[in-house]
Amino acid sequence: MSVRANVKALVVHTLLGAAVIYALYPVLWVVTIAFSRDGLGTDGFVFPWPRDPSFMNFAIATGISTGKGALFLRQFVNSLAVASATALMSVAVAAPAAYALARLPFVGKRTGLRALMLTQMFPTVASAVPLYFLLSQLHLLDRRAGLVIAYSASALPFAIFQLKAAFEAIPVELEEAAMVDGATRFGALVRVVLPAARPALAVTALFAFMSAWNEFVLAATLMSREEAFTLPVVLQRFVGEHAAAWGPFAAGSLLVSIPVMAVFYIAQKQLLSGLTAGSVKG
Amino acid sequence: MKAQKPRAPWKAWFLAFSLLLAAVGLVASDCKAPAANRIVLWHAYRGAEEEAIAQLGARYQAETGTAVEVLAVPFLAYASKLSSAIARDQGPDVFIDAHERLSSYREEGLLARAEAAFPKYDIDRYDSIASTVARDEDGAAWGVPFALKGVALIVNTELMPELPASVEQLVKARNDGVFPLAYESESAYVHAPWLHAFGGAMLGPNDAYGFTGESARRSVAFARGLVSSGVVPNGADGALVKQLFESRKAAAIIAGPGVVSELPPHFPYQVVPLPPLRAAPSRPDPFLTVELLLLTPRTASRPEVSAFARWLASDEAAKLRVRAQVVANNQPWHDDTVVPVAMRAFHEAALRSRPMSTRAAMRATWEPVEQAIRGVMRAAAADDAAIDAILAESRRRFESARPRAVSASPTRGLVALGLGLLLTAIALYRRAKPRFWSGVRASAGAYAYVVYATIAVFVLVVLPLVAGAVMSFFAGPRHQMTYAGLGNYVDILTARGGPLFGYGSFYRTLLVTVAWTIANVALHVTIGLGLALLLSRPLLRAKGVYRTLLIVPWAVPSYVTALAYKGMFHQQFGAVNAILRKVGAEPVAWFSHFSTAFAANVATNVWLGFPFMMVVILGALTNVPKDVLEAADIDGATPWQRFSRITFPLLLPQLVPAVVLGAVWTFNMFNVVFLVSGGEPDNQTDILVSEAYRWAFTRHAQYGYAAAYAVLIFGILWLTSRLSRRWQAEST
Repeated sequence: MSVRANVKALVVHTLLGAAVIYALYPVLWVVTIAFSRDGLGTDGFVFPWPRDPSFMNFAIATGISTGKGALFLRQFVNSLAVASATALMSVAVAAPAAYALARLPFVGKRTGLRALMLTQMFPTVASAVPLYFLLSQLHLLDRRAGLVIAYSASALPFAIFQLKAAFEAIPVELEEAAMVDGATRFGALVRVVLPAARPALAVTALFAFMSAWNEFVLAATLMSREEAFTLPVVLQRFVGEHAAAWGPFAAGSLLVSIPVMAVFYIAQKQLLSGLTAGSVKG
Repeated sequence: MKAQKPRAPWKAWFLAFSLLLAAVGLVASDCKAPAANRIVLWHAYRGAEEEAIAQLGARYQAETGTAVEVLAVPFLAYASKLSSAIARDQGPDVFIDAHERLSSYREEGLLARAEAAFPKYDIDRYDSIASTVARDEDGAAWGVPFALKGVALIVNTELMPELPASVEQLVKARNDGVFPLAYESESAYVHAPWLHAFGGAMLGPNDAYGFTGESARRSVAFARGLVSSGVVPNGADGALVKQLFESRKAAAIIAGPGVVSELPPHFPYQVVPLPPLRAAPSRPDPFLTVELLLLTPRTASRPEVSAFARWLASDEAAKLRVRAQVVANNQPWHDDTVVPVAMRAFHEAALRSRPMSTRAAMRATWEPVEQAIRGVMRAAAADDAAIDAILAESRRRFESARPRAVSASPTRGLVALGLGLLLTAIALYRRAKPRFWSGVRASAGAYAYVVYATIAVFVLVVLPLVAGAVMSFFAGPRHQMTYAGLGNYVDILTARGGPLFGYGSFYRTLLVTVAWTIANVALHVTIGLGLALLLSRPLLRAKGVYRTLLIVPWAVPSYVTALAYKGMFHQQFGAVNAILRKVGAEPVAWFSHFSTAFAANVATNVWLGFPFMMVVILGALTNVPKDVLEAADIDGATPWQRFSRITFPLLLPQLVPAVVLGAVWTFNMFNVVFLVSGGEPDNQTDILVSEAYRWAFTRHAQYGYAAAYAVLIFGILWLTSRLSRRWQAEST
């Protein structure tokens, strides 16, 4: 029995190991470019590894080499603030809406759901310019709040769908019990449904965080002061008309992805703690 | 009911607290208000040039006390940001951009005449070609020459001690493992010198397509010869050219000053203008780009802005930036003490170059010309007839992308709109049951839950989309759009008069898009589900590490990884072919055939997208009650039965929206296609949305056309979802 379990574990680890190699191999190229002083070698070799490792590209990407380190820090804070606030806002707005769609009957529900899906089907090829006009009317240009509002709105449809499905999976008896105990419906949502849907809330927040964290086109269009830039805009500065400075670009990209990984590592407990299991008994 | 055990690990509290702190900080400390009377200068320079401009701004501020704010904008966003911002009076006072965009900026009303700030527009202070270019077709000066850009020959003096007297001599200087010459062989901009040498021009008079006839044929045949004989590396882009030079694998390269400024110290190099090409009648003159200092209309009347612009273009300021760029002023070049040797060579090269046309049609030549070059490079045989056929096809593409003078009377459209609204109102009225209003009143409680989401989505998502969709009824470049009725739609649906299933036609592209979506979503779900199931095994060790490593593809910005993939699939230097060679297989020219290029795109997008699906499924798996699974296990259910009877049905509610949205997003995922295959070969791997982007950004900026594509994409997806709903309803 235990031999069989060990073999099984070995198979699982082998499969996961293969997946990790698949996931990391292209990133190793980015790492190699980031740590190479003279760009990427051109030998066509199989195992990426910097031959002349140096931190120069990181110094350039963070502005340390040009004395702009403080500015980079500020832009990092911008990114963090915008992405966190987007995650918070979109979940806060989506959760009640998703709850109503999951539980409450109301006129226009089906139409609303379909319209929500329709917004995702329209390519955004021509909508950046109208959005710019809109936010300039609202005096939200050059303000992080403007970015947060725009990002949260675009993250809403997915958040609503995801949370609606998660709420539907929660047994309705949970809220009913709370309401019998004297809670209002909203109280039941906050105290019973939301804690039970924590994994889905975490996935939704993570998704909103990621989309805001990596967004570049809107940020570059809406923000016109260096102190207001977010990191993807700073990164995109390394891509010019004819050629790109790959070294600093790759180094910056790696730096940008570290906080995301950290957030994921911390949040995964929330993602995966099956709280609903066995909670409807008695 | 069992009481919920309050679990509050410190990490969760820490996370929630820092989120809250960030949100509060966001509201409390927005950027400080800018100085009231500041002068704003925008540019898209990088590296040494960026630093030089920043120093000039700081210096002016220190000397005059006028606040100067210099903003370096990412190149990719520059043009669209300029036109949006200046139109809303939020833009810069002064900006720097290449002369090719002068005409369109002027027509959009983004510019003030240079005479406003330069009363004595002193033409002799600037290079004479540059001054000519700064005058637009109407003869008035709309910009002040600032810097000159062009390519030259950069030679590694160790590998090639003797400077070549001709291209032929350069090509003969063969060393083991070293390319005599490297350049972006598939770029129209760098190919231009060969075309010019053989007597051609990219754009003829009256916007005629110039990449045709004898000169074009001889130029591409020559370039093909360079590549096929191994003199020049195959399909190199700018970054690869630079790498080859830096790693001493190329003895000489054709490139601009940017490469030189990033070379390591003590690198042995010398810059010279391109040597003559003996086989051709004329000199191989590269294209010249003149960067202009441009003033915006609102601020041209502000005397402090004029004073700043005059100083920025002055000889004094030019001396300060001549180390970083080829200034357009004449005077600094007479002073040997300030001019670096390499810059002088680039200046000499620039003086021999040919200024690019300022016509909007010029930018529309790049795509067909590059297609023709790539076509010839990859053709199995390249006799005159084969080349001519490729050139004819590229010309046909150029002609069919030309904006057409469509104008329709808006009356019919307005009547249709009115009728449509009326019919909708009637239909709604008739469908509304008597209980409708009482129903609405009863729903008031529920509306309180959805009101914020509704407002946010309507104002910030729906309105901009509708505004974009309205553009689909207009034609022409953005600043002179005319009403075209359904003209754009008719054009697209009839494949602009070409064969209905020809390359780049709507129908063919649609088929590719459907195949693309199916392939991606199937692989995303399979891989995501498989990994999620493995990771959810209760006894698995190092779960957290696996999970975190497996989301790396999602965490790293996709722009850089997509380009890493493009590099991996490079025929000569890519890792994929290196692996194939290691195992003894034939290397593949990935972007030369539809199937392999498509596979490369799918491989990239699957890699980018599987972690998302995995995370969604991991979240959904928590809804599967463990005790039920355990009970099934005790009852003797096989793992497959447990999965198919219990886990999978319970996953579905959260899986379905993720899959549907994933399919919709994949359908509209343009940047992977754009960055990896770039539509190669011959736009065959383009999907609908990347076609739309081409119309908006490379083909005469025809936003109306792009918007029509967007509306058609929307229509297709809408129809698909309706049909699938109906099938679903029928099957249950």
